[in-house]
Amino acid sequence: MRAFQYHRPASLAEAAALAARPEAKLLAGGQSLVQAMKLRLASPSDVVDLGALKDLAGIKTDGRTLTIGAMTRHAEVAESAEVKKAIPALAQLAGMIGDRQVRAMGTLGGSIANNDPAADYPAAVLALDAVIHTNKGRHDVGTFFKGLYETALAPGEIITAVEFRIPQRAAYMKFKNPASRFAIVGVFVADFGGGNVRVAVTGAGPCVFRQTEMEKALAAKFDPASVASIKVSPAGLNSDLHASAEYRAHLVTVMAKRAVEAALK
Amino acid sequence: MAVRVSMKVNGKAVSGEMEERTLLVTFIREHLRLTGTHVGCDTAQCGACTVIMNGRAVKSCSILAMQAEGADITTIEGVAAPDGTLHPMQAAFKEHHGLQCGFCTPGMVMNAIDFARRNPNPTEQEIREALEGNLCRCTGYHNIVKSIAAGARAMAAAK
Amino acid sequence: MNAPLIGARIPRKEDYRFLTGAGQYTDDVTLPGQTYAVFVRSPHAHARIKAIRTERARRAPGVLAVYTGEDIAAAKLGTLPCGWLITDVNGQPMKEPPYPVLAQGKVRFVGERVAVVVAETAAQARDAAELVEVDYEPLAAVTDATKARAPGAPVIHDIAPDNTCYVWALGDKAAVDAAFAKAAHVTRLEFVNNRLVPNAIEPRAANAVYSRAEDSYTLYVANQNPHVERLLMTAFVMGLPEHKVRVVAPDVGGGFGSKIYLYAEDVVVTWAAKQLNRPVKWTAERSESYLSDAHGRDHHTVAELALDRDGKFLALRVRTTANLGAYLSTFASCIPTILYATLLAGQYTTPAIHCEVTAVFTNTAPVDAYRGAGRPEATYVVERLVETAARELKMDPAEIRRRNFITQFPYQTPVALVYDTGNYHATLEKAQKLADVAGFAARRKASEAKGRRRGLGYACYIEACGIAPSAVAGSLGARAGLFEAGEIRVHPTGTVTVFTGSHSHGQGHETTFAQVVADRLGIPIENVDIVHGDTSKVLFGMGTYGSRSIAVGGTAIMKALDKVIAKGRRIAAHLLEASEADIEYERGVFRVKGTDRQKTFGEVAFAAYVPHNYPLDKLEPGLNENAFYDPTNFTFPAGTYICEVEVDPETGKVTIERWTAVDDFGKVINPMIVEGQVHGGLVQGIGQALTEVCRYDASGQLLTGSFLDYCIPRADDVPSFVVDTCETPCTHNPLGVKGCGEAGAIGAPAALINAITDALGVKDLPMPATPETVWRALRTH
Ligand SMILES: Cc1cc2nc3c(=O)[nH]c(=O)nc-3n(C[C@H](O)[C@H](O)[C@H](O)COP(=O)(O)OP(=O)(O)OC[C@H]3O[C@@H](n4cnc5c(N)ncnc54)[C@H](O)[C@@H]3O)c2cc1C
Ligand code: FES
Ligand code: FES
Repeated sequence: MRAFQYHRPASLAEAAALAARPEAKLLAGGQSLVQAMKLRLASPSDVVDLGALKDLAGIKTDGRTLTIGAMTRHAEVAESAEVKKAIPALAQLAGMIGDRQVRAMGTLGGSIANNDPAADYPAAVLALDAVIHTNKGRHDVGTFFKGLYETALAPGEIITAVEFRIPQRAAYMKFKNPASRFAIVGVFVADFGGGNVRVAVTGAGPCVFRQTEMEKALAAKFDPASVASIKVSPAGLNSDLHASAEYRAHLVTVMAKRAVEAALK
Repeated sequence: MAVRVSMKVNGKAVSGEMEERTLLVTFIREHLRLTGTHVGCDTAQCGACTVIMNGRAVKSCSILAMQAEGADITTIEGVAAPDGTLHPMQAAFKEHHGLQCGFCTPGMVMNAIDFARRNPNPTEQEIREALEGNLCRCTGYHNIVKSIAAGARAMAAAK
Repeated sequence: MNAPLIGARIPRKEDYRFLTGAGQYTDDVTLPGQTYAVFVRSPHAHARIKAIRTERARRAPGVLAVYTGEDIAAAKLGTLPCGWLITDVNGQPMKEPPYPVLAQGKVRFVGERVAVVVAETAAQARDAAELVEVDYEPLAAVTDATKARAPGAPVIHDIAPDNTCYVWALGDKAAVDAAFAKAAHVTRLEFVNNRLVPNAIEPRAANAVYSRAEDSYTLYVANQNPHVERLLMTAFVMGLPEHKVRVVAPDVGGGFGSKIYLYAEDVVVTWAAKQLNRPVKWTAERSESYLSDAHGRDHHTVAELALDRDGKFLALRVRTTANLGAYLSTFASCIPTILYATLLAGQYTTPAIHCEVTAVFTNTAPVDAYRGAGRPEATYVVERLVETAARELKMDPAEIRRRNFITQFPYQTPVALVYDTGNYHATLEKAQKLADVAGFAARRKASEAKGRRRGLGYACYIEACGIAPSAVAGSLGARAGLFEAGEIRVHPTGTVTVFTGSHSHGQGHETTFAQVVADRLGIPIENVDIVHGDTSKVLFGMGTYGSRSIAVGGTAIMKALDKVIAKGRRIAAHLLEASEADIEYERGVFRVKGTDRQKTFGEVAFAAYVPHNYPLDKLEPGLNENAFYDPTNFTFPAGTYICEVEVDPETGKVTIERWTAVDDFGKVINPMIVEGQVHGGLVQGIGQALTEVCRYDASGQLLTGSFLDYCIPRADDVPSFVVDTCETPCTHNPLGVKGCGEAGAIGAPAALINAITDALGVKDLPMPATPETVWRALRTH
């Protein structure tokens, strides 16, 4: 790790001011950033720890939406009775991230700000038509995830909370990378009723994306058979040591089918 | 630049001066000389560095020491009773031969203790899943799983 | 004493310190004034070094020194030696290119050490290492052993223009060719035995200190055989007097072969400690382990089995190309030869076997022994062929094995070994029962009803442990002895400290060896402590590898115990005023036969150290004996593994549903520890077959350089195991023991691939059988 200056601001405004420094980085759980710094893949001049900003953590619901603070840990989401009641699939997803030690530290805000192509949360955020609240305003999810490790966040902009729309039913299916345990393919299916179905795919491409063909088929009939025969094109999908694009494309269909099965249970 | 960090480790208030880039595991091993917490990787996979921080098992190699300012930390050295009597989880590892070279063991035990507190009567599958963040190259996990099942029961019984 | 200790499930004596965090691994050792070394490693697989500029690094905060190959050359340090000379098919010695501790003019694999920075803190050393500037002229690289032999391939070492270290053969080629000519059936397979990274969870580490006062060195190092490390380092590399170097291998966090060798880092920190007159410590980061620990396996093999109409094996023909990596690691040369070809008879009476091995240099990390070392590769060849032959001949895979089992012992194989004893029918039969093979058909139906495939596979492996005797090994090229040493120090009160040259890094010697000693002496196990891993305490030793500890190290201790008891009888005879011939020793008591006149072990020990009433004219005082033991033969553990898998055809994911292991390790000292060894070995074998592979790209970059990309099994990848034993005691050591450390890793890969290919109905499948590999096999089938 290269040397840096560490800050632990006591207010969001102070954090924003520090984060505005040119080479500054926000620090949430550190489960991605500290890794990158250890391997010298990231070398910020200033590290702005959000750990003292207690207001950024927490879970609340108004029946129509579920709002989770950016600093809420994966473990808290996985265990939360409110989340399990409102969107059980989201609690399940949080419980599938990494391992229990990572879940004790990693945060929702850190995960979506990082936008790792194999991360789990982005699939839920996109499928659940979420709004991303920041210190500067709000982002619609449709324009938030821009590409590989890229989001619509301006430099120094701080996510404060994510507001998820509560679906009628939903499920997440993840085919894990055997080594890293991130998603080789993860598919989040959410049915909001009235023919409004969203299917978000993570792990398969350079950035989370919606599978609109499946959404249409499921809108017509929310049934595993509706997606089972949809062949996904491998064009543009990731290909690496662990899975070829062709295999990933195949897994998108299998995981989508299984997610629909699970949502119906 | 040197900064100061203070926290509670194994019930004792400790503090130290160090570079800001110091990891929690480095603070524990090198400043506090508590070398039971190990480092087995540089990518947060192996879990050998697991400690309990504010009531949850975490990987101390993936946390800056400064992030633990004011925290309450338990390391493997703080688990046995002051007279040296093993904690029920430690005793279960011994009885069921849940360790061989011992290098992964402190991390396994720390994670297992936190897990068993939340899940006093786990199934084999739950135990195996709870070990996703802990690698062992010696035991093949068979006896670790047995140890944790027994240790969880013993912890529940001791309550 | 009460219950016999041999065969008892005694909890381990060493556990307390590990469970409380009181273990002392090398990185836990902090020496006063300690400095930190960081190595600058080559980013190229093959390149000429044009210049190294160290000025900026030297000026960085905290830096004490920066050394490069030039400094090493100026200091006239030698190169890393290879411990086994293989003679090729033409009677020529293998090619032995020098392996410098810091690169000399050229680098030959990614991760090769080019320079070292020593600084006050580890972070400063790491910062400064980034400032060392190296000008490389990249050269074409080759990583695949078969390609390295092709005409026009880049030449890695001038002395081996075809990149070939040796071509070596064993067996009667003419007899094999003749048998193939008249065979009713030939089964042929061509496969790769995948390259693996051992991945002990404790990374390698070394911490060296030099004493000007004594002109001596102490090296703490994560190593499996400290005396061998010292011998190689002093005599071959540093030219130091052996008695001036103490090597301590304290608690060691797993080895699996990877910590047998003398590594460059160990030499460099030891040398630098004297240059700087400060202790110098180095601890590998995991990414360095991936780059620079010796890797394992990496064979390309074509194997053919000739059979008659009834499934009797007539001959076996094997051609293997073994990738040795860029340099010869300490025991690299004997792994794909002596420890591989000699095991190709397996458990069978195959009358003619011929094996030819071509060992090749490539631009990859050196390859050496990894758990099993040659024997897993041999077992894979034999057991995949046998299972495939059974399928091709529509025979039951267990039946074809039974027809060919060796049943008469001793048995001379056509590949040099003599098996002293075994009972292969017994292990197979017991395993079949425990695995409920009879119920498999019903379980397969149930799986199919869920849309899953199910398969069952066998492996009947044999292993040769405790490589020996020294004279024979020497005639085959070994440059070291293969004996073991033990010392029994009886204290005046009758407690005992045992010194063994064998090393424990998870195997539990402190318990099993204490069981052996306490059992033989009839004293409480609490009165026995085992010391190992320190050249200043233990008289000598060859360390731990090849599952040799109990068979060779244990026997050395038994021999020393015999001497202790013999002397004790003479002392007792004197004390009891009886003739020595009348003294018997049993359960901790010397007794005049047929009387109740007796002296306890403790009383005799006390007399030996307080010799007031003692035959000083005939006997020295004291009770301290040592022994060296050079075995007359290998031991031959063997067993049957049966694996049952379920495959999800949609994803290709394989789940191991049942695993049954029945091993014959001869006499078992502590079943709990033996089972643990089997479990661990099995999971490493399962890793090889299912999840693990070390990959380089064509340019020589390591693609699987961390746990993120190289997948060692986790708890939820593997099942619980059914493990049992049969016991046919070894005939040539007093304990009747054979060794158990590697069996699991040897037998598991073949059993698992046999099960998966059975489930899929395909002939072969490459390792590791990742979900995509399995999915593809299903699609094209
Ligand atoms: C062993 C391991 C396994 C893992 N497995 C998975 C997995 O299976 N699936 C998965 O999805 N993830 C996985 N992760 C990643 C984990 O979920 C991380 O916690 C997460 O990606 C980042 O969250 P964090 O709170 O740790 O963020 P940090 O690491 O602290 O920060 C990550 C990035 O986000 C920025 N950031 C953080 N908070 C904010 C904010 N509020 N506003 C704006 N920017 C912010 C930071 O500046 C930084 O660039 C794994 C991590 C590890 C170590
Ligand atoms: S050291 Fe490997 S996870 Fe922390
Ligand atoms: S006991 Fe050695 S790594 Fe687990």
